[in-house]
This record gives sequence, C-alpha cells and structure tokens, in this order.
Amino acid sequence: MISSVPTAMVPIAPAPAAAMSEAVFALTLALLLLAPLAIAGIALINTGLGRSRSAAQALLGNLALGAIAVIVFALAGASFAGTLGTSEAAFHVAGKTWGVVGLGPFLMHGLGSAAPQAQLALLFEFMAVAMAAMIPWGSGADRWRLSAGCASAAVLAGIVFPLAAHWIWGGGWLAQLGANFGLGAGFLDAGGAATVHALGGLTALALVWIAGPRRGKFPREGLSTAMPGHNAVYVLFGCLLALVGWLAWNAAGAVIWLHAPLAALPGTAINTLLSAAAALVATFAVTQFRFGKPDASLCANGWLAGLVTSTACAALATPAEAIFAGAVAGFFTPLLVEVLELAISIDDPSGAIAVHGASGLWGLVAAGFFAPQAGQLLAQLVGIAALLGLILPLVYLLFALLNRVVAFRVDPDGERIGMDLHELGGGAYPEFVIHRDESYR
Amino acid sequence: MKYAGLLVMPAGFLLTLAALLLFPDPARRIAFVICGLAVEAMGLVVAVRGHMPARGASRP
Repeated sequence: MISSVPTAMVPIAPAPAAAMSEAVFALTLALLLLAPLAIAGIALINTGLGRSRSAAQALLGNLALGAIAVIVFALAGASFAGTLGTSEAAFHVAGKTWGVVGLGPFLMHGLGSAAPQAQLALLFEFMAVAMAAMIPWGSGADRWRLSAGCASAAVLAGIVFPLAAHWIWGGGWLAQLGANFGLGAGFLDAGGAATVHALGGLTALALVWIAGPRRGKFPREGLSTAMPGHNAVYVLFGCLLALVGWLAWNAAGAVIWLHAPLAALPGTAINTLLSAAAALVATFAVTQFRFGKPDASLCANGWLAGLVTSTACAALATPAEAIFAGAVAGFFTPLLVEVLELAISIDDPSGAIAVHGASGLWGLVAAGFFAPQAGQLLAQLVGIAALLGLILPLVYLLFALLNRVVAFRVDPDGERIGMDLHELGGGAYPEFVIHRDESYR
Repeated sequence: MKYAGLLVMPAGFLLTLAALLLFPDPARRIAFVICGLAVEAMGLVVAVRGHMPARGASRP
C-alpha cells in the first residue's frame, strides 16, 4: 500500500533499506529502461550544436563512446565501483574507515545471484557511465578524433567513474560522511549530478584545455568567431527527448540511492519538470534582455541546465525549491557560456562545462540546502571539494598522458574538410554543397 | 602556470579533509571547508589563465 508523503521530500533511510518488493523492483526497472532517452537527448544536442560537416562523426561518436564505456565498465569498472561486492580498499585514519575503491568481482561475476537492489544499482551505473562518457564529446566537436574519444571513454569508465561511483554510491568515504562525521546522511547524489554531470563537465574542461579551440575560433583581433550549431531542431528535440529520460532517471535514482517510497516519485518527477521549466524561462528572459531576441541554443542549454540541477535535488526539494534551483541554473548558464567563450577563450561548442559541470555542482549545493538533515550542506561541500580538488586534476593528468599516446586533435586538414569526410569518408548530408569557410583565408 | 594551478587544487582538497579530522566544532569545520574550496577556486583560476590561448593562436 502506498503511504502518503506530504511533500516531495524523501525520508532518507539512515541504513540500507529493507529488501525491495517485487512491485518496486518492476517499477524501477521500467523507469531505468526509459532512462536511455536522456542519453539519446544528449546525443542529439551534441550533434546539433556541432557543424554540419562533422555531424555523422558526432553522432557515431556518441554511440561509440557509450559502447566503449559500458564494455570497459563491465570488464573492470564495475569491480572498482564495488556495487556487487562488499569488500573495498580503505584507509583507516583517526579511527574512521575511508573507503577508496571497491574490490568487487571482475566481469560482474555473481550478477545473477545478487540482490535485486544491487542489480538495479548496477544497471543505473551502466546508464550513468555511458552518459558521463558522452558529455565531453560535444565539447570536443569538430576537432576531437574518434579514436581518442573512445580511448578517453575507456579511461573514464575504467578508472575515474568507478572511483567516484564507489565514493558516492558504493559506500565509500563520501557516502560515510554522515556515519563518520555526523554530516547529514553523507554525500547525497540521487541522480548522478556528481558522478555523471559534474564529472562529465569537468572532463569536458580538461579535454578543451588539452585539445585547444577550433581553428579560427579566436582570431587575432576582435571578438571570437561565431560558430553556431548546424541544426537547432536536433538540439531542441533533444531537449524534449531528454526530459522523458530525465523524469525516469531521477525517479529511478531516488528509489535506488535514497530508498524513496513510491509516494515520493510523482513529486520527484514534478520537481524535475519544474526545475527544467524554471531554467528555460530564466534563460529565455536573460537572452531576450541581452540580445533583444531569445537564443534557441542558449535556451536549450538552459533547459538542460535545469534538468541537470534537478538530478541532485529533485528528490529532496519542495516544488518551490525546485523552481528556485532551476531558475538560478537557467539565469547563470547563458552568462557562464558567454564568459567562458569571450573572457577566457574556452571553445566549448556544446556548453557542457556550464550546463553539466557548473549546473551539476550548483544542484549538489542546492541539495545540501534543501535536505532536512543537519550538516548535509557541509557533506555536499566536501563532495564538491573532492570533485574539484581530486577528480579534475586526475582526469587532466590521465588525459594529458593519453594525448601523448593517442593524439586528441585531428590534423589541420581534417579540421578543414570536416570530421565526417576525414574520419568516416562520407558526410551526414551528402547532398549538401560544401562551401569554402571564410575563417580559413 | 597551468600545472601549478592543477597542483594547488588537491592542496585545497587536503584542507577540507583536515577540517573534517581536526575540527569537531561545526563552525570551525565549515570555515575550513570553505577555505579549502577557496584554495581550489584559486587553483582553478590559475589553471584557467595558464590555459588561455594567446590571441590568434587558433588561427591557421
């Protein structure tokens, strides 16, 4: 029987929840089977925000990176995430246990006999690792080689994502902040704001730093060259598709990681929708005020920023709080996109650094404000410190080493003719006439 | 300079860990965690400035 819950706020279980009923298992599994629509939305947005001469490579790259990521995660990453096992490598400092990395069975041995909840958690992690690997792909559009993208997805899925997943979801040191230091319920990340979006956004930053901007993006004089996305329809339809996936994603995450009762799921879905809607309205207003007309691609970024923010706090916030969190994300996202490009010369075609990185971090802070437990905000801040202070330098180091083995950047000729012709031998739109690009004169 | 920034960021993280271990008092703890985040932010700013391409560097 479904009990009534007055708000969307989820009562967070202090200890592992009781065994999952078959009905809850079936519902969560069904939600997880809808979650790939969020991934499809991200793929369409990444593709639409790139140039037409790289469109096929962009969409194929989304598929390939996701495929590599899930295979590497199945082979090794899931073991380090520790979802199926109970053992972990840990430090013992000041009488506390600091779980660092899981030591579960390789190749997901024992999956069939694992508890239903563990199986769902693993499925959730597969979705999460695919999305985390795809987020930086849009930032490297028009210059990041497919083979280098696949190699980076392997590094992300085999090393970085499992570390973060174990710390946050697998009972690692961030999850134990509540038990060890009395900080709320430990670091909370029901939908992957940290493990997927902040990680993906920070990875995008490391990638953009290493690969550099597209040729001609920042000329010697004047403002940066505008290189608008080639298909606003892909981008905006991707936003709608992502909404469906996100509604399912956040609801499934609330059940799996926060042990939310079924009665809390409609509220979680409503908060997800409200956050995205508030973010879109805020971005619409900001771009209308700044440019005199609303900007389609920035509005798409705003919508997505609202969804990303909701991954952290939809299950913990009231509807008013969800609107506030989304509006803040939507207000700052277009400004941050502008600052990144114009002030600090970061060429991020998909806006992943602002949309996934910054909004993911903001969502985690907002979750700390909205959660009822004392000390929750501090737990969230410690988690953010780990993402910025450990994960970002680690990703940068790994990518810098990888760049020496598999060059990230395509050669100038490849960039000139487009990634489709250079890497795939054919374009996404073969009936298009390829014209000379003025920026190469 | 870009590597210096990336090295400062883990230092900020260690400050937040030290805050957890050394200060049971919530007020001091949150103050030191915020200091750790501020150090990370400074490292990020240095790394960003170190990675800024020279104007015209992206022109062929």
